[in-house]
Amino acid sequence: MANVTLTINGVKVTVPKGTTVLEAATGAGFFIPIFCHTPELTGFGACRICVVEIQGMRNLPASCVTEATEGMVVQTESPAVVEARKTILELILANHPQDCLTCEKNGNCLLQDYAFRYGVKGPGFEGQRHSFSIDDSNPYIIRDLNKCILCGRCVRTCAQVKDRAVIDYAFRGFDTKIAAPMDTPLGESDCVYCGRCVAVCPVGALSYKRLSGQGRVWEMEKKPVTCTFCDSGCEFDLVSKNGKVIGVAAKAPGPGRPLCLKGRLGLELLYCDQPQAPQLKKDGEFTEVPWAEALGLEGVLDKIKKMENKQ
Amino acid sequence: MAEVTLTINGGQITVPQGSTILNAAQKMGVFIPTLCYDPELTIDGSCRMCVVEVKGARTLMISCATAATEGMVVETESPAVIEARKTILELLLANHPLDCLTCGRNGDCRLQDYAYRYGVKEGGFAGAMHQYPIEDDNPFIVRDMNKCILCGKCVRACAQIQGKNVVDYTYRGFDTKIAPAMDTTLAGSDCVFCGNCVAVCPVGALQEKVLRSKARTWEINKVRTTCPYCGTGCNFDLNVKDGKVVGVTSCDGDVNGRALCVKGRFGYGFIHHPDRLSKPLIKKDGQFVEASWEEALALVAEKLGGIRDNNGPDALAVLSSARCTNEENYLLSKLTRAVFGTNNIDHCARL
Amino acid sequence: MTNPIQDVAGADFIFAIGTNTTESHPIIGLQVKKAVRGGSTLVVADPRKTEVAELAKVHLQIKSGSDIALLNGMANVIIAEDLYNKEFVAERTEDFEAFKAAVEKYTPEYVEGITGIAAASLREVARGYARVKNATILYTMGITQHICGTHNVFAVANLSMLCGHIGKPNSGVNPLRGQNNVQGACDMGALPAVLTGYQGVGLDDVRARFASAWGLESLPAKPGITVGEMLEGASHGTIKGMYIMGENPVLSDPDANHVVHALDKLDFLVVQDIFLTETAQLADVVLPAASFAEKDGTFSNTERRVQRVRKAVEPVGEARPDWQILCQVATAMGYPMNYASPADIMKEIASLTPSYGGISYERLEQGGIQWPCPNPEHPGTPVLHVGKFSRGMGKFNPVEYVAPAEMPDEQYPLVLSTGRRHFHYHTGTMTMRTGALEVYYGTEYLEINSADAAKLVICDGDKVKVSSRRGSVELSARITDVVPEGLVFTSFHFPEVAINRLTNPARDSIAKIPEFKVCAVKVEKTA
Repeated sequence: MANVTLTINGVKVTVPKGTTVLEAATGAGFFIPIFCHTPELTGFGACRICVVEIQGMRNLPASCVTEATEGMVVQTESPAVVEARKTILELILANHPQDCLTCEKNGNCLLQDYAFRYGVKGPGFEGQRHSFSIDDSNPYIIRDLNKCILCGRCVRTCAQVKDRAVIDYAFRGFDTKIAAPMDTPLGESDCVYCGRCVAVCPVGALSYKRLSGQGRVWEMEKKPVTCTFCDSGCEFDLVSKNGKVIGVAAKAPGPGRPLCLKGRLGLELLYCDQPQAPQLKKDGEFTEVPWAEALGLEGVLDKIKKMENKQ
Repeated sequence: MAEVTLTINGGQITVPQGSTILNAAQKMGVFIPTLCYDPELTIDGSCRMCVVEVKGARTLMISCATAATEGMVVETESPAVIEARKTILELLLANHPLDCLTCGRNGDCRLQDYAYRYGVKEGGFAGAMHQYPIEDDNPFIVRDMNKCILCGKCVRACAQIQGKNVVDYTYRGFDTKIAPAMDTTLAGSDCVFCGNCVAVCPVGALQEKVLRSKARTWEINKVRTTCPYCGTGCNFDLNVKDGKVVGVTSCDGDVNGRALCVKGRFGYGFIHHPDRLSKPLIKKDGQFVEASWEEALALVAEKLGGIRDNNGPDALAVLSSARCTNEENYLLSKLTRAVFGTNNIDHCARL
Repeated sequence: MTNPIQDVAGADFIFAIGTNTTESHPIIGLQVKKAVRGGSTLVVADPRKTEVAELAKVHLQIKSGSDIALLNGMANVIIAEDLYNKEFVAERTEDFEAFKAAVEKYTPEYVEGITGIAAASLREVARGYARVKNATILYTMGITQHICGTHNVFAVANLSMLCGHIGKPNSGVNPLRGQNNVQGACDMGALPAVLTGYQGVGLDDVRARFASAWGLESLPAKPGITVGEMLEGASHGTIKGMYIMGENPVLSDPDANHVVHALDKLDFLVVQDIFLTETAQLADVVLPAASFAEKDGTFSNTERRVQRVRKAVEPVGEARPDWQILCQVATAMGYPMNYASPADIMKEIASLTPSYGGISYERLEQGGIQWPCPNPEHPGTPVLHVGKFSRGMGKFNPVEYVAPAEMPDEQYPLVLSTGRRHFHYHTGTMTMRTGALEVYYGTEYLEINSADAAKLVICDGDKVKVSSRRGSVELSARITDVVPEGLVFTSFHFPEVAINRLTNPARDSIAKIPEFKVCAVKVEKTA
């Protein structure tokens, strides 16, 4: 395959032809922020946070959709780039609740990470704000579209699985939102709560109901686990706090990895609420009992013991 | 010593007479939120966050300053207690910037912890907000009095740990703030920048200038170690992010507790300074030239070995280091005596 | 220190002599302040009015170098007024009569003539020290950096034994050591006459044990030479090669011009350091070492507490931990040294050092241990000399006052004393590169009393030239009553104010410590 050599922040980088500037730069160890781009969902170019400065170009191109070419000279953090990114962040924050105080995504939010990195302390613009009601119409996923930055990751990851494509952009302009057909709550849609959308959401718009109020991101530990319910072998994260598993989260979805609700619930059943011993309801209350009693095998064991004694 | 037995949330606990309800609850592992309380400082009882319900008491009692008594029946999370705590949090948040987005203490902030725990999403009251300028005219500490909740821990730490009494409450009512004498900045006061006030601050009002601008609290890995400066041997945590030391925070040291001095807390910048030697150097024609380790070690061995063999071992002399570890001093003593063959080893103990 | 740092806060009476505790040992200073807040009596003997002196009930502003007269004077009062601890003196000490005879002439009135301290103040302090239940003495380089440094320490020890303020909690003789691991470097045998744990190189069985552990036939028996003698030897050509690890004698040793000259004469100089220090610049080979954050190990603090140092980050560039470099040098010289980790080295140290015998990395995970700790079950020893001194009986060493080696005269009319600043450390190699400390405290100044300044027509902030018989430096003057008339003071932290070009290399004859606290200088206004 043919290679191209370009200069990024003064460093010569050689990559295969067809590589994007974003891939070339991150591969060389340079940081470029991204919202709408993920390695699985490429070529969208909507959020513009990944803009870079390329010598000879009229404006700042989005690096996720710009192909690296021979002799290209790229600056990833020039004053113009930083200014553009700051403005983008200010625009997003102008219509984003400032509630990191209690937000479930606090500590694991790209909007927050970049605001900290670029020193954007708040919205730079006054204006209208959304006041969507929070969609918790189902037992699994909470949607707070006030926090949505319209990156479209959820739309694209949902569409990657055949027969799903439950959500998409709806309405126009300031009213644009991500919605199920006819703008129904998720609970009334065809959604199967696989959690792919939650796994890719870069901000606090989508979160798991089960983990809500259970702890802050930095208090939690994640351990990968592979689902064995079907032959897809989807990957999940066991989420634990203080050594106790408190939930299961879908890990990065990819093509061919459907991440179903059954798998997640099954894993929750397997790993959460681990009771130490079987329990039987006695006088209306659960009491711990030995396995033999729970399984009704006490008599059988006695018989075996007696036989052993005879021998 | 006399003891008392009380009931907390239905469980019985026996504690020495004179213990507070808070002490007893902590001994049982029962959580009670605190803002102004600190085990090393005198009891202030000002923040009211630690209120509990005591059967028979007319009002909710502050657990940090109420002595446990025989037969006392305490509820730490009753509806009345939770309502009171929520209101306290709403009142605090009514005059607190909601900028966790970029606040350096996000993730290590009691106000945030408790707001999350009790589901208080914002200040419940509209009213005046402070508009103090942020004080950052010194290279160590940033003071943002807009975030101060007036718990007074910094005042007590300065008086009772550091013994300097640099800051105290000034003005009255809504205008109350913590300030040095004559309301100057810290840089204009007698402050010695030990940062012990920063170590006890429960919110974002006092922050380490560099550390909190370089890393979020959850990105940091802490490594406990011993200070490289004077001979006191204070312990602290090196704060590491992406393989670099970005700051120092207090731990509970054997010698120093949480107290540190300005050098220990803010003197770590040399670790990643560009002047650090990163390659062996060999002097050729009066100029240093970078060399490989193999070349440098071979030259050292050849030259020192040559002097030892031609001029005798006592023509060699070694200065060891009061800055290096015990293990390294031992090895250099061993190298001097076993390999160079001389006892000519000393260090700057006298300087 | 004979006692732990925490003990300072529990003392009824603190006698701090020659220590600028709150600046040089801020965290020990906190213990002093805590004691004062709790009602203890603090007495500070120091020519300068330091922060800790301001906190004191009595500040004995003595003339530089008159410590023995002061200490003997206190003993004189205590004996004359029959306030000494007769039981302790009788049961635990020897040579008391000789000591009694020696201090007889140091009456408060006689001492006043030497120290400048009023006889009444001396009596008050002596009585205070003798009468309380627990009294502690703190000292640092203000006691030791004199030509009579060792005798000064004897005088301190005599006083504490006289009153029995040793071998029990909240008392003792407590030198506050200035460097993170100066205690450990001594413990580890980085000294010319001893191996680890102060086992003398002159003792055949000690040498035999180390030789066998190190796989050798024998070890050199002749005690080595000290820093000053090394530099002397280098300048005379008897020392041909030097290996310097993590030290900067060009700035830290007296008479810097002489040090540079001596190191220049060496055939071969190796310096192992984290920065290209003033000393490293003179080297033939410089080996880049890892900083404390980049390696594992242990430091022993001033109260003999061995504590862990833990690796937090990788060494910068190709720098290597000092222990690895030393192993590689030994191996290159035909003596293979292989250790998997510093924990391994500590095992060897423990096996050869009775006082470290029970110390291991596993135990240190639970917290620091104060030596002596002879076996793994031993809890460590917070207080030394309980019930018995290490030599058996405590020996009174009578000492006489001698004047400093260089006293002011017509040509050099002022006394220069050097020390430390709160915001900096030693030769500034580290604290000048923090991005914070040097920003806040970026230039050094000369403290000078207003009376002297008036005589010399110097205003606050004026550039002045300070000169001694050995060299001169230029810096700004700060007029202050921290120093009394006749004394000027500055620190040795700033390479651009290399004050050790001026200091006197006259040394204590026993410990070889230079007299940094007194040399004669003149001050002139330059602009």
